[in-house]
Amino acid sequence: MSILIDRNSRIVVQGITGRSGLFHTQQCRAYGTNIVAGVTPGKGGIHIDGIPVFNTVQEAVRYTKANVSMIFVPPPGAADAILETCDAGLDLAVCITEGIPVKDMVLAYAVQKQSRTRLVGPNCPGVITPGQCKLGIMPSYIHKPGKIGVVSRSGTLTYEAVKQLTDIGLGQSTCVGIGGDPIIGMKFIDVLELFNNDPDTEGVFMIGEIGGGAEEEAACWIRENMKKPVAAFIAGVTAPKGKRMGHAGAIITGGKGKAEDKIRMLGECGVTVATSPTQMGHAMLEAMSASKPAPKKPGREPAACSARKCKTIKSD
Amino acid sequence: MNIHEYQAKEILNSYGIPVPRNRVAITADQVERAAKEMGGHCVIKAQIYAGGRGKGGGVKIVHHPEQANDIAKELFGKKLVTPQTGPDGLRVRRILIEEAIEIAREFYLSITLDRETSRYCLIASAEGGVEIEEVARKSPEKIHMLYIDPFTGLRPFQARKIALALGLSGVVCEDCVELLLNLYKCTLEKDCFLAEINPLVVTKAGWLLAMDAKMSFDDNAVYRHREYQDMVDYSQLDPLEITAGKYDLAYIKLSGNIGCMVNGAGLAMATLDVLKEFGGEPANFLDVGGGATREKVTEAFKIILEDSDVKGVFVNIFGGIMRCDVIAQGIIEAANEVRCALPIVVRMDGSHVEEGKTLLMESGLNVQIGENLGDGADKIVKMLGQGG
Repeated sequence: MSILIDRNSRIVVQGITGRSGLFHTQQCRAYGTNIVAGVTPGKGGIHIDGIPVFNTVQEAVRYTKANVSMIFVPPPGAADAILETCDAGLDLAVCITEGIPVKDMVLAYAVQKQSRTRLVGPNCPGVITPGQCKLGIMPSYIHKPGKIGVVSRSGTLTYEAVKQLTDIGLGQSTCVGIGGDPIIGMKFIDVLELFNNDPDTEGVFMIGEIGGGAEEEAACWIRENMKKPVAAFIAGVTAPKGKRMGHAGAIITGGKGKAEDKIRMLGECGVTVATSPTQMGHAMLEAMSASKPAPKKPGREPAACSARKCKTIKSD
Repeated sequence: MNIHEYQAKEILNSYGIPVPRNRVAITADQVERAAKEMGGHCVIKAQIYAGGRGKGGGVKIVHHPEQANDIAKELFGKKLVTPQTGPDGLRVRRILIEEAIEIAREFYLSITLDRETSRYCLIASAEGGVEIEEVARKSPEKIHMLYIDPFTGLRPFQARKIALALGLSGVVCEDCVELLLNLYKCTLEKDCFLAEINPLVVTKAGWLLAMDAKMSFDDNAVYRHREYQDMVDYSQLDPLEITAGKYDLAYIKLSGNIGCMVNGAGLAMATLDVLKEFGGEPANFLDVGGGATREKVTEAFKIILEDSDVKGVFVNIFGGIMRCDVIAQGIIEAANEVRCALPIVVRMDGSHVEEGKTLLMESGLNVQIGENLGDGADKIVKMLGQGG
C-alpha cells in the first residue's frame, strides 16, 4: 500500500495542452502513471499523444472514470481548476501551479474543505508512490520503493532528501510535496495522519522551512499521535528576518516562523532533527534504528512540550 | 510588493477611509510650501519601505514652514536607519507633510492573511501606535481577532462587535463599522497581503482618522493591477534585486563573500545553511527556480558577479528533469561572457551528470566539482580560504 496514489489511480491532467503540462504528462506516463484524460477548455474532442482531451473535468470523469487530477493550469485560472475538481467530486487534486493569488486560494481552500476532494499544493512538486505512480515534476530516478514516507514544503530540497534516503538504502512508500505557499490544501498533519495509518509506511521524513507555524503544530501532533519514528530537517537556520526566501510562505515575521523554534519544538516532541542538510538520510536511519527496540517511546516524558504550550503557539 | 505610506493612504481614502490632509514632496522647497499650506504646524514624515521611522528620526513635528525646510534638507538623501531597515538603512527620497492632529484615542487595526485558518484575519487592538507583536506578548486580551469567512465576507454585525470591543460608542462606533467594512473591501479588491492602519485615531473633535498606514500587495496578484507597476519606488530596493526581479529570479543580498546559485527556494536556504556550517559566509540567496533553464542560469550568474563582495561562486543545482550538460553549458557561457576568473564550485545532480562535469572540467574555468552538497560547500570554503 501507500498513501494518496497507487497503480490503480486514474489521472486526469488539467492544463494538459500547455507546454509544461504536456511535458510532465509524458514524463509521468513514461513512469507508468495511468493517465486517462486531459482537460483544456475549448479543446475538448482532440487527442494529444493519444490521451483524450475534454472541455470539463466532469466530462473527463464521465468518460474515463478519472479519480485524481493533476493541475498545470496557469495562475489566473488555477484556483478555478481546483474548484472544478472539487465540483466533479474527485478523490484528489494535485496542483503544481506556482503563483496563484492569495485571494483566489482563500476561496478555493474554503470550498475544497467542504468537498470530498483532497488537495495537495499549490506550488508543489507533486506526489509520487515509487514504482507505481508519479504525479508531478520530480525526477523519478532518485526514488526507490520502500517504507519511508516523505512530506515536504519544498521542491528541490525534497529531491536532495529523497536521494540521500535512497543512497543510504531507505526506499519510500510515498513522497508528498505539500507546497511552499501560505495557503495549501493538505498540511503536514494531514499527511502524517495518512502515513500513520498506512501499514506500508514504517517511518516518516519531514522537510520544513522558516515561516508560519505548521512545523510546530505538526510537532505537537506527532507527540500525541504518531506511532512511527519521524526524522526532520528545517531549512533556513541562517535566513535573515523579514525577507521572503523565494517561497511566498518562507518569511520570518514578528519573531514567528524561526527555524530554531521549529527545530527545538520538533526535538522536544521526539523527532530526530538533522542538524545539517547533508545529514538528512542519516537522521532518518538514526530515527529508524532508535525506534527498533521499543516501537513507541512513552518513556521520554515530554515535560518541555505540554499541550498548553502547543496551544499558545497556535493562537499566537 | 510594498508601497509607501502616502500611497497606502491614497488608496484608503479612495475607499472612503478618512486620512489627515497631506502633501507629498520631493524637494525641501516643496516641503516648506506644503507646511505653509497646513498653517505651519504640521508633521513631516520620511517615506521609506520600512516601519519604526519614529525611532529612527524619520518623523518630526514642526511649528514653522522654515523649520520644515531645515528638517527636509536634513532628511532628503539621508539613509534612515530604523529598527526594521537593517544597519544600512534606506534612503529618503520622498517626504509626506501632514496636518497636525489632536488625538483623543489611538487604536491598532489591520487585515492580513492568517496561514493557519487560510482566511483573512481582522486584528484590532485598543492600543495603537505600537508594535502589535509587543501587545500580543504582554497583554493578549487587548487584541481582538476575527477570521473572516470567505463565503459571507465581513458582516456589519461582526464589525460592530469589534468596534464595541474597542470601546467606541454612538456615532463613532458606526463610523468605525463602516471603516472596517471598507478596509475589508479594499483588501480584497486591491489584493492586499496586509492592510494596516496604525494608529487609527479618534480626534479630539470626535472623528476617526487613519494616522499611519502600511500596505503590501500579494506579488502573485500584481498581474491584475497594472497601476501597481508605476507605484514601485525603485530607490527603496537593492539594484541587484530589481534586475533579478525582471528575470523572475528570487535574489536577496547577504553580507558574505560566497555567491550562491541554487534551484528551488528550500534547497537554496539549505545551501546557505550548509555553507555557514562549513565556515563560509554566503553573499546572497538566489533561487533560479525549480526548473533552472539555461537563460535563467546565465542571468543569475551575471547578477551574482555584479556584487563586488563576491570572491567565489557555489552553484548547487538539483536538476532532476533538467539535463546537467545543458546547465553546465549555461554556466560556462555566462562565466565566459562576464570574464569570471573567480573560483567556482559546481554541484549538480540530474540526468547527464557526467557529460556536464566533463564540459565544466574542460572549460578552462577555475572550477571544481562538488560530489554532493557537503563536498561542494567544503570545496568552495577551502578554495576561498586558500585564495586569501
